Amino acid sequence: MGIVFRDETFRDDFTFKNSPEHIRRFPFPFHEDSYMYAVNIEPHVPGPKGSVLENLIDVDEHYVSEMRDRALVLAEDPLRCQSLPHMTLAGWDLLELLMTEQAKGYPEHFSLTRDGDKWHWINRPLGIDHHFVFGDLTTLPYGPMEYITRQSQGDFCILDQRDGNLWMDAGIVTTQADWSLDFDIGMNFFEWHAPVPLAHEKGIFTRALKFLTNIQQGKPARRLNWTMTINPRLDTSPENYHKWGADRATVTPENVGQKVHLRVELQSFWRLPRSNAMVFPIRCYLIKMDELVTSRKWARRLHRVIRDLPEELATYKGLTLYRPTLVEWLARYDDGAETSPGFGPD
Amino acid sequence: MAVKSIISRPVYGTLSPQPGSDHLLIADAEGAAAILDLAKSAPADFFAEAEIVFIPRDTGEKYIAALKALQPARFYEGPSIAAALPRLRQRLSTAHMGLRLYLTGTEGLIGQAMQAALEAGIDHKSIQTEQRGSLARRVQCVHCKGITEDVTTQPARCSHCGLMLLVRDHYSRRIAAFQGVCINAEDPSQVPPMEEMFK
Repeated sequence: MGIVFRDETFRDDFTFKNSPEHIRRFPFPFHEDSYMYAVNIEPHVPGPKGSVLENLIDVDEHYVSEMRDRALVLAEDPLRCQSLPHMTLAGWDLLELLMTEQAKGYPEHFSLTRDGDKWHWINRPLGIDHHFVFGDLTTLPYGPMEYITRQSQGDFCILDQRDGNLWMDAGIVTTQADWSLDFDIGMNFFEWHAPVPLAHEKGIFTRALKFLTNIQQGKPARRLNWTMTINPRLDTSPENYHKWGADRATVTPENVGQKVHLRVELQSFWRLPRSNAMVFPIRCYLIKMDELVTSRKWARRLHRVIRDLPEELATYKGLTLYRPTLVEWLARYDDGAETSPGFGPD
Repeated sequence: MAVKSIISRPVYGTLSPQPGSDHLLIADAEGAAAILDLAKSAPADFFAEAEIVFIPRDTGEKYIAALKALQPARFYEGPSIAAALPRLRQRLSTAHMGLRLYLTGTEGLIGQAMQAALEAGIDHKSIQTEQRGSLARRVQCVHCKGITEDVTTQPARCSHCGLMLLVRDHYSRRIAAFQGVCINAEDPSQVPPMEEMFK
């Protein structure tokens, strides 16, 4: 049985929503009733059937519409996809990884046939049937990174590893939580994380870098990160912040359920075989408050997390303006009962 | 001295004479005084094969004679950073291993000369830098990508698209600029007052 792809938008009329099955599989990021930064990295191994971790590269009902939104962003602003000259080989590595994983996880939708360096790629949801020569740039309509990431959900950063550090030297970033690839490209791990509050002092990035630079091929890792977004807007870039920033002032007690979204990033980290670079897919999942509170446990827990979030974190995540309205709304779903351990919806 | 705030923000030191014979010293405005200070501790033949690139800006004639008195092998006086950059790029692209680079003056000068050096394949950690004079910032508008030079206020108006920008400490060596982000996006009717912050 294949995925039924939704026809929906992440801008203008915002018709995005999750089916009941997708609400249940949402990667809720809080395992307890409070939140603080931690190096919450774990091996990226397949998870339960039906979860977003069933396949290591997840494809879901939003795939076709997300790819359409990406194409719109790139048409407006080509600087969202950049690759420094020494990163082309890593782009081919990424193309291989994504084609292989998508074909393995979803054979009814994708297929890859390899005959030496003559490859045949079929992407049925997007209507692509393409013969090309692996390693030959002239046989693709875009560079290898752009070609395959126009067909893969999530943002992708490719990190070069040298001098004991990771360098953001290529990427495609159209669904970002308020950071600019164009500004950060070429920076090292500490530099591009420089604006994050609190975590440097706690040594988070030093430990995370040590972990990441030791990741081996075939042993990817993952972590979850989260923020909140008003309207199901994928492109919450700083580039367009002057266009979407005012959305934050539109939250009222009446529209919280439809307007406010929890935005979860499933970040994974993979060593690439030929280039020895790392790829860092940042897969974004959105859920409306109305959808989230269909799980009583999630509703209770989210209420407590948002209510008790330290002020610096609330500011950094851009919640300041509407946090009181959101907390008041969520409080209606919190009867004070204990929540069970773990992430699941019960 | 600029205060260290976040990790992407450059940290500057004090120029000191490095071993070798091929020295390229690039300064604007009060940066000239840093070269003169370096000269006090430099070996006698330090300037014999050195080149000084100097953009006086508002210092006019104040430092010209003193710099020339160091008797560098080459002395270039430019009317602006932008005018000096093509010459600098050519010089760096033909430089030999062992070139010693010294950058001093405003952050804009240091940043743009550093950018040209990085493009020529020179490791930024091998470059001597010293900030002198104005703390004015070079700011890239994250929205329109235009760069506004010599920003002294917080917030600042983008000279290209006109948005009112919060000037962050987040800095890109590749762009040689701080990041500017719209300060009143949540409520465009609020226009915060501009204060002199980077004099």
